[in-house]
Amino acid sequence: MSNGEHQNTVTLTVDGVDVTVPEGTRVIEAAERVGVVVPRYCYHPGIPTRPAQCRMCLVEVEGRPKLEPSCTLQAEDGMVVLTASKTAEDARQAVIEFLLVNHPLDCPICDAAGQCMLQDFAYVTNQLESRMDEPKQIMGRDRISDDILYFADRCIICTRCVRFMRDVAHDDALIVAERGHKSYIDTFPGRELNNPFQGNIVDVCPVGALVHEDFVFKARAWDMDATASVCPGCSTGCNVTIDTKENQIVRMKPRHNSKVNSYWMCDYGRKHLVMTNRGVRAEVPMIRDGDKLRATDWETAISWVARQMEIVGHETGSAVISPQMSNEDLSLLWSLLNWLQIEKVEFQVSSGETASLPSVPKLKLRADRAPNAFGLELFGAERVQHLSSETPESPLVVMGDLLQDAPEKFGMGASFFLYLGTRLPEAARNAHAILPVVTFAEMDGTFTNFEGRVQRFHQALNPPGIARPGWMVLSRILAELGTGDVISDVRSAFDHLVKNEQAFEGLSWDGIGLKGAPVRGGHEEVKNLVPS
Amino acid sequence: MSFPYVHELETRTLLSEYQGKKDARTLKSWRDEGGYQRVRKAIDMSPDTITDVVKESGLRGRGGAGFPTGLKWSFMPKEDGKPHYLCCNADESEPGAFKDREIIRWTPHLLIEGCLIGARAIGAEHVYIYVRGEFFEDTQHLNKAVVEAYEAGFVGSNIMGSTWSCDITIHTGAGAYIAGEETGLMNSLMGNRAEPWAKPPFPAQAGAFGMPTTVNNVETLSTVPGIIEHGSEWYRQWGSEKSPGTKLWSCSGHLVRPGNYEIALGVPLRDIIFDVCGGTPSGKPVKAVIPGGSSTAFLSAAELDCATTYEGMQEVGSSLGTASPIVMDEDTDIVRAMRRIAQFYAHESCGQCVQCREGTSWIVRILQKIESGDGRLRDIDTLYDLCEQMTGRTICVLADSVVFPLKSSLDKFRAEYEAKMTSDKVAVG
Repeated sequence: MSNGEHQNTVTLTVDGVDVTVPEGTRVIEAAERVGVVVPRYCYHPGIPTRPAQCRMCLVEVEGRPKLEPSCTLQAEDGMVVLTASKTAEDARQAVIEFLLVNHPLDCPICDAAGQCMLQDFAYVTNQLESRMDEPKQIMGRDRISDDILYFADRCIICTRCVRFMRDVAHDDALIVAERGHKSYIDTFPGRELNNPFQGNIVDVCPVGALVHEDFVFKARAWDMDATASVCPGCSTGCNVTIDTKENQIVRMKPRHNSKVNSYWMCDYGRKHLVMTNRGVRAEVPMIRDGDKLRATDWETAISWVARQMEIVGHETGSAVISPQMSNEDLSLLWSLLNWLQIEKVEFQVSSGETASLPSVPKLKLRADRAPNAFGLELFGAERVQHLSSETPESPLVVMGDLLQDAPEKFGMGASFFLYLGTRLPEAARNAHAILPVVTFAEMDGTFTNFEGRVQRFHQALNPPGIARPGWMVLSRILAELGTGDVISDVRSAFDHLVKNEQAFEGLSWDGIGLKGAPVRGGHEEVKNLVPS
Repeated sequence: MSFPYVHELETRTLLSEYQGKKDARTLKSWRDEGGYQRVRKAIDMSPDTITDVVKESGLRGRGGAGFPTGLKWSFMPKEDGKPHYLCCNADESEPGAFKDREIIRWTPHLLIEGCLIGARAIGAEHVYIYVRGEFFEDTQHLNKAVVEAYEAGFVGSNIMGSTWSCDITIHTGAGAYIAGEETGLMNSLMGNRAEPWAKPPFPAQAGAFGMPTTVNNVETLSTVPGIIEHGSEWYRQWGSEKSPGTKLWSCSGHLVRPGNYEIALGVPLRDIIFDVCGGTPSGKPVKAVIPGGSSTAFLSAAELDCATTYEGMQEVGSSLGTASPIVMDEDTDIVRAMRRIAQFYAHESCGQCVQCREGTSWIVRILQKIESGDGRLRDIDTLYDLCEQMTGRTICVLADSVVFPLKSSLDKFRAEYEAKMTSDKVAVG
């Protein structure tokens, strides 16, 4: 429809509500349009094959003798679908009873409990008792890859995992082994499950059969808080949900965005993000006091930094920025750099091997292992292979964690060395002031992905100590210098971005929503904005 | 008793004339008997004419469902530019049925003729004969026959000097009942697990390798040459209006003379059991018969007068299936027999649909419990309810296949189930 092509539509009735959908739409999706979620197991919107084998989504269609699987049934004009007729409900309840025949009902120790489609639909169908009093079949558990466990007893053989691997990742590593009630999921004889996107099989598992080993027994669903975020692992910017428990990231899950990552994310991103928890953090501002750095409070630190800047004055210097910083951070930082008249801004992106998911062309683990290199380029920063080790005697601003491998004497000669970071690498000790900022997980903000899509992320964790978002710290310094207002909320920071950087013109914090929006009207224009 | 034993009720014309005669396997003697003339005739006929003749003959699929063969052929798209395929279903796995194996073993050339004529009718230039893996010796005979036919120019390119070409490939299965279901068969043929797929797409739209395909049973295809040779009227001299022709009966169980018999449809089942097969060896009365292979409903002794036609069997609530009666005499333990049947289906369920995967094994466990004397009356209600839930809710009819015998055995032999439940437990249940 978007390109103005004429598309035929059909109108059907789902549970008494008329709905008009494009021709070829399946009934299960047509029902969703009117808010009817037909219980399903084997159907997954991101997996192209639909075997119609779980028989959970059977619906009654007026005039047809048998119940029909709504996941494969094409919507037709005048079709009258009853998703909750007595026959359909009875059949659904029976499916749940059948599924529970051999299910161990180990919900109290199952990691999926609380987020389990078997639990959900058992309640929905009111299947709370079983007539089964014969002994259950016991299958045991298995390690299906080096980081994924398979609990065969819990498995309902919906084959989503097998079909994700086969039909989305184009990797035949997983199979259904054996037959009938002895069926279980296994790797193909002689093959190993070793795919950069294999973690998604855990997400598609509707029950607790597939569990990441680093998550097993770690957190109950109701103990976790979910936050919408963006994966900082590479420049793709997969939309994710961060699950936290007691101020720790325990799990990452992909969040659907048809324009970026569909329903998936790569394993690198999944694990990389959990690692952001670890390590010693910069927790309080520190200012130079003779040979030493002295911890202090924000007010003192900011006025001291502003005073020092006024002393060095508008002197040409240099800046090194990490591509992990948000657009808002960059916007405020550039205001400061402009005040300092610093034009030489460098950034370095670590790179790694790429990986792609064949059926989602946009979704790749990209070589640029940072979320906002594109944003930096929009601001006009220069990408370099190595940071300059020689520092001339001029002001130097370093923002972000990129000094881990810097030489010991980095920045020693600078007339004023300001370091804003989340950690305390050795080279940071040469700074005149260390201002602790927070990671993307500890604040709200936006990243610009590889094709210029601005995407929002939200605060999932409390920052350590008194660390604050970079843009907030920078706005205070600017206010102290008398060139701006104090910005304390992310909307204002985003407005600052929109006002100061032309590429972001026309965007608004609410407008880009949770799915993001491209800079300057479209991805095509972006190519002209950034020199290749 | 000599082999082959021929009973007066038999009509050994169409399918079984050469069964028991080893020479008929060779191309030479098959040609001496007039073999491959029917293929010649079919090549000279237009595909539509062949389909029409088979349609008029009223031939119904012999694989169990009894779908009119000519009608099935007419579903194939015409001049669509795609390759068409004919799959011959020789994955005979129905417990009780052993008719297709006899056709392959004794008259492989008859089957090849049928395949060629069928392929001609549906516009296929490639026939896949999917043979059950366990039919090792029979496959060797068939292989030999296909090689001979290729060498004689009856199969391959420019058959008998005509412009028509058709290849035959023999594919052996790995031994799965579900590979006998047509979509399961095609999946297996394509190298996938033998899992039936949800229709649509129907095989005639997108079957093997995504192309229009027809799947026919061995016996069906082997009947076709006779129809082409003599015409539909000749074929209709046997049987009834709705069930014309003759049929191979694979009779097993408590019988004096079990075996394959070609009998015109319509003969009372009682005559087949007592006259042709000579009744029970023990001389005891028959208790029950499963008339069409294990997936059809039990008949009690009182129902044996039914006519052996598709419609006659339906009247008594069963079906002709593959015409493979399993006869059980008075001493048979129905619960045990039913448990064994259920075990077969639990073992053979492909495991896709939940009702079938979990239901079949649950039924087995309930029946085992009843058999061991731990059953309760409510188990019978549960079984009835499972029958209800497993009927018509799944991709294929394997789940229904266990329901037919189970439900009918509960209906007709409930007393036997109840007798297994000791009185004190019944009181509790």
